[in-house]
Amino acid sequence: MKLYNPPSPLETKVISKRFGVENSWRLDTYLATGGFEAFKKVMEWTPDQIIDEVKASSLRGRGGAGFPTGLKWSFVPKNVEGPKYIVVNADESEPGTCKDRLLMEHDPYQMIEGILIAAKAVGATKGWVYIRGEYRYLIDHFDSVLKEAYQRGYLGKNIAGTGFDFDLYSQTGAGAYECGEESALLESLEGKRGVPRIRPPFPAVSGAFQAPTVLNNVETFSTVPEIIRGGGKWYADLGTPKNGGTRMVCLAGHVNKPGVYEVPLGMNMMYFINEIGGGMWKGKKMKATIPGGSSCPILRADECDIPMDYDSMAKAGTMLGSGGMMVMDEDTDMVKIALRIMRFYKHESCGWCIPCREGTTWLQKMLSRIVDGNGAMRDVDMVGELAKSMLGRTFCPLGDAAAMPTISIVEKFRPEFEAYVARNPFASSELVQVG
Amino acid sequence: MTFSPELEARFADLLTHYPPGRQRGALIPMLMYAQDEVGAVTPDLMAELAKRLDISVLQVDEVVGYYSMLHKKPQGKYHIQICTNVACMLRGGAELYEHACKKLGVGHKQTQASGKFSLEEVECIGACSWAPAIQVNYDFHHEVTVSQLDQVLEGLQ
Amino acid sequence: MANMVKLTINDTAVEAPAGTLLIDAAKLAGIEIPAFCYYEGMSLQAACRMCLVEIEKAPKLMAACVVPVGEGMVVRTESPAVVKARKTTLEFLLTNHPLDCPVCDKGGECELQDMVFKYGAGESRFTEVKQHVPEKQWSPVVFYDGPRCILCYRCVRVCNEGMGVGALGIVNRGVAAEIAPSHGDHLECDECGLCIDICPVGALTSGAYRYKTRPWEMEHVGTVCTHCSNGCKTTLGVRNNEIVRGNNRDRSGLNGEFLCVKGRYAFDFNHHPERLQAPLMRINGKLEEVSWARALQAVVEKFKAGGKAGVVGSTRISNEEAFLLQKFARTALKTNNIDHHRSGDVVTLLDSLSGKTATLGNVDDCYNSKAVLIVGADISQQQPFLANQIRANYRHHKAGIYVATSGAVREDKIAKGSVRTTDSEWLAGVESMREKLKGESELLVLFGDSVKGEGVRKLVAFGESLGIPVKYICLVDYANSRGAMDMGLLPDLGPGYHAVEGAPGMTLPQMMAATDLDLLWIVGANPLARHTLASSNAFVVVQDLFLTETAQRADVVLPAASAYEKNGTVTNVTGQVQRLKRGVETVGAKTDLAIIGLIARGMGVNLGKVDADAVFAEIQKTVRGYNVSLPVIVTGGAAQTMPVNGRVASTVLPELIQSSRDTLFTTGTLTRYSKILNEVMEAPGGLYR
Ligand SMILES: Cc1cc2nc3c(=O)[nH]c(=O)nc-3n(C[C@H](O)[C@H](O)[C@H](O)COP(=O)(O)O)c2cc1C
Ligand code: SF4
Ligand code: SF4
Ligand code: SF4
Ligand code: SF4
Ligand code: FES
Ligand code: FES
Repeated sequence: MKLYNPPSPLETKVISKRFGVENSWRLDTYLATGGFEAFKKVMEWTPDQIIDEVKASSLRGRGGAGFPTGLKWSFVPKNVEGPKYIVVNADESEPGTCKDRLLMEHDPYQMIEGILIAAKAVGATKGWVYIRGEYRYLIDHFDSVLKEAYQRGYLGKNIAGTGFDFDLYSQTGAGAYECGEESALLESLEGKRGVPRIRPPFPAVSGAFQAPTVLNNVETFSTVPEIIRGGGKWYADLGTPKNGGTRMVCLAGHVNKPGVYEVPLGMNMMYFINEIGGGMWKGKKMKATIPGGSSCPILRADECDIPMDYDSMAKAGTMLGSGGMMVMDEDTDMVKIALRIMRFYKHESCGWCIPCREGTTWLQKMLSRIVDGNGAMRDVDMVGELAKSMLGRTFCPLGDAAAMPTISIVEKFRPEFEAYVARNPFASSELVQVG
Repeated sequence: MTFSPELEARFADLLTHYPPGRQRGALIPMLMYAQDEVGAVTPDLMAELAKRLDISVLQVDEVVGYYSMLHKKPQGKYHIQICTNVACMLRGGAELYEHACKKLGVGHKQTQASGKFSLEEVECIGACSWAPAIQVNYDFHHEVTVSQLDQVLEGLQ
Repeated sequence: MANMVKLTINDTAVEAPAGTLLIDAAKLAGIEIPAFCYYEGMSLQAACRMCLVEIEKAPKLMAACVVPVGEGMVVRTESPAVVKARKTTLEFLLTNHPLDCPVCDKGGECELQDMVFKYGAGESRFTEVKQHVPEKQWSPVVFYDGPRCILCYRCVRVCNEGMGVGALGIVNRGVAAEIAPSHGDHLECDECGLCIDICPVGALTSGAYRYKTRPWEMEHVGTVCTHCSNGCKTTLGVRNNEIVRGNNRDRSGLNGEFLCVKGRYAFDFNHHPERLQAPLMRINGKLEEVSWARALQAVVEKFKAGGKAGVVGSTRISNEEAFLLQKFARTALKTNNIDHHRSGDVVTLLDSLSGKTATLGNVDDCYNSKAVLIVGADISQQQPFLANQIRANYRHHKAGIYVATSGAVREDKIAKGSVRTTDSEWLAGVESMREKLKGESELLVLFGDSVKGEGVRKLVAFGESLGIPVKYICLVDYANSRGAMDMGLLPDLGPGYHAVEGAPGMTLPQMMAATDLDLLWIVGANPLARHTLASSNAFVVVQDLFLTETAQRADVVLPAASAYEKNGTVTNVTGQVQRLKRGVETVGAKTDLAIIGLIARGMGVNLGKVDADAVFAEIQKTVRGYNVSLPVIVTGGAAQTMPVNGRVASTVLPELIQSSRDTLFTTGTLTRYSKILNEVMEAPGGLYR
């Protein structure tokens, strides 16, 4: 399997260390490089021991929300009857994000081992990997891995002779960003429209098929075996306090070496872009960067000299999100970026709640009008205002995801919007062309 | 409705994946895989799956209309999907799309009269670090330039 | 849930049982939180975001329709942030809305209109183009106007959860999402109209009512549905002496807001062009219109002449009319030859409960009983409201539902036990569920006409052997089927199931088969639809709305008022008495009560004061079980009657009991004259079951 981008010597390869190794996705390769050691180790442990180790690693969810993983696992009720499940979020649809597919392509057993460890920690017996439908090649690839795993006794009954049983299946999505949202994903898994659920109850209590469920991102599960092997503390120390370990960052946009790189949390963002990403494309200057997928507020170039960890990003008013970093050069048209982002969210709004369904539609219409040269000054204010009226009021975070980048782009690049409006001959009049 | 033995086998296997009584979980995979074989989500297909999963056709319809990869009308033999979302847009995705429109003579979600090509401007397909990206049916092409797009299209028979 | 939680809403201390939703707790305290998608009794959606409130310490506004009360919670429902959020939500809603209120059927009753008025969106800042989508007709009674729809999903839930039909769904995604009918472009469903009723805006409108009038131009009259035995309260919208609408939005009756297709739309028989408006008399072999005086004179003469008389009453006339009819027959015509068409063996049930702990069940039990057993009846078709109660019981209380029926029924889907039996072997089916039934803590049994005579006794014995409290409902067909029996329209039993004085009279089939009747008086029934009259020389007097098969054989036909045109009371299937209130005036017809009174006066018979209230007062005094509270009835409530607790000496054969096993779209002769029901039956899916 080919690598999409050459690795950088400046990476810290913890979970991507098998990328590029010949037949890295085969069980034998995995076994020969320490595979399933962690699994065998935890077979001797109590569930609490596993959860404590994961807590000690300060691993936070890599799907976007950054919730502490050990804590999430500890919410699964212990003494309840009935099955418990694991669900892997491989929907990877946040614009800017393309890491989970690499992890599943190059090192699927690492994720499987992580799943088995989680299963042992919470007492789950069955799991699904929900993979976005566009990744059909990946689903086929992963299905062949599952087949091998079953044949070789690494899934199914009495896994690797430990007496532990677990079944794992792939499940295809069918084109819906919202199905990456955990509760919408669970609805989709049940064969329904991907509309989120009312929470509480959270998946840990009532998830897949209404059973207690651990739901994590591909990268999150993939990280678990190394944490067990090296110890939680070792992993945590790779990053900064409370921001343990490494992350896969998907670098895209106007840089010389776009690609997916594994770096320790807390690495300086400009250092990452310049040293690993090879600096700006065509020698241009940077204008802005979206640090963690299109749902994150944008940073101006002068705001980017910060450590890449959850807390520093929060301080800068944005997020590491799903690790989709998109760098934009000085020639980038920020109004068009705002429109393109809003078009995406309007397309992906599930339609369940009013502020998101109507808000994204209205905002897209208004931004289109501005781009088409039919905007008025009051429209610029209204874009920001409407986005703010969606914020925090929608049923699920997709509404916020649409609002946050929009608010930040209007705030930080207002003159560009005004320049568009100035080109409209009717802009000053109240008789605004409607179209 | 009859399906190929391979698809039937896949259906049979799928139905074992879910807890007892929750076989509806198989609906979306069944729709996806059957669409590949049938060419579209036809009324017959919806009725057949409704029957097999013991749900109403309306319940199937609710699902079909929700997901953007499920189509009620057949697409071209080669469905060209061009991503114009932010990462691809920054690297020329929009220009690729415009070029494809001209070259194929069709627009968004349209199919050539011959049925050979259909075109769709799609949202992020998870190839942002190798942008601009396109998909021909399920196959990815990364870092596509206009001339590479021409080559790809010309190479398809 | 005696566990009370203390919280503060808008600086008012509020106490509510743990688990109460904030929106309901506020309501208890008299504080209104606006809502579109929240609907009491149905699943939660949290979709419209109208109910957002501020809760201290919460990072953002919370939906009051899904957050339960918490101890010490401090809630604000009118803070600036909340008010602003509401305003924008309304503004968002209006972006897609056509704002065609002046021509919308819902104008004046629209919740969106009310909210905009109350919480003000002010001037809309939306200047983009709105898309026009033409309205769609989904069935003879249901129309959908997509752009008006605010996607609150009430209709989807009421159809799915309330009706158990599931004929409405949501298709497409995002802003393109809309409501869709079961069969692509049309509905195949119960046509109950609940979805229309529950729609907060004018997105779903009714074929019967559309564009006819506006809510404020109607008079609203609360009465009881005349069709089946369930006794739903309905509010008639009347304009220019025409009924234009039936609904129950005020939820004042035992049926809440439920009405089936018949209750909601099939009032239109009332204005059918074939309604009789003048008496008819057979002159030279042909029925011809005559004056009331002449027709009554002819009847009085024949009645005075005497001879062998038979009297057939109806399951649709009021209690007062039935009571007076049998009184007249027994005192003036001096005969016990009086009967009506019986559809359930209430008599044997009463008798077999004598001395047992088991009792009669009622509408509330359908909703509250921990378990329900249905024997030999397709209740979703034949007893729409009871079926609805039972579904709600399952939904809200997880009641155990058991069915033993000859065909598949809608209840199968929610049943813990479900068996197919035949009409004669239902007992074996019931027996097969014995162990499961024994595990329940109580049971309500509803049975249809296949359980009669000895069968009823066996069923009661079976219930007794379970060792749990059991209640019974004997299902009957029509609006006053139960009242007809209670009032003594029976050859062997008088009012209150007292054995008659003298020998029992002839049953209905006996009257039909007799060859020597001189006089046959048929009030509101159509026996000749099923029987032939053997006495070819009998003088036949018929009181009816239409020229039925029976009326066509009559010598005198007296046009009768419908139940929508009279005052009085009726008793529903579970023995609840409710008041009929006149909604429209008759045109040429008279109420059966008045007709009986006029005949009596002509004959010089004193029946006492002949008006509905006076007769009901007599019923209260003389009919066992009917000593109910008058204020309850007068104010439109339902009063439970308690018939005999003791043996009932009946000689009647169970073979006479036969339900017409109507469907949702029929109730005997009457509904043949309903244009709407006929349209519904002819529409695709009309034979829907
Ligand atoms: C609109 C939306 C889309 C999301 N898409 C994804 C996704 O594609 N992949 C993912 O792992 N998490 C996604 N998430 C986050 C998930 O809801 C969830 O938090 C995550 O999968 C939990 O796993 P983690 O704790 O390992 O991050 C999305 C969330 C939202 C609100
Ligand atoms: S915010 Fe509302 S409409 Fe948007 S995706 Fe979430 S639930 Fe759906
Ligand atoms: S009329 Fe009644 S049964 Fe038909 S769709 Fe509406 S709610 Fe459902
Ligand atoms: S049709 Fe009416 S009830 Fe149904 S979702 Fe739309 S607004 Fe709500
Ligand atoms: S259930 Fe019976 S009483 Fe109620 S509306 Fe329908 S026909 Fe009338
Ligand atoms: S933006 Fe085009 S693949 Fe992600
Ligand atoms: S009423 Fe609470 S969200 Fe609709």
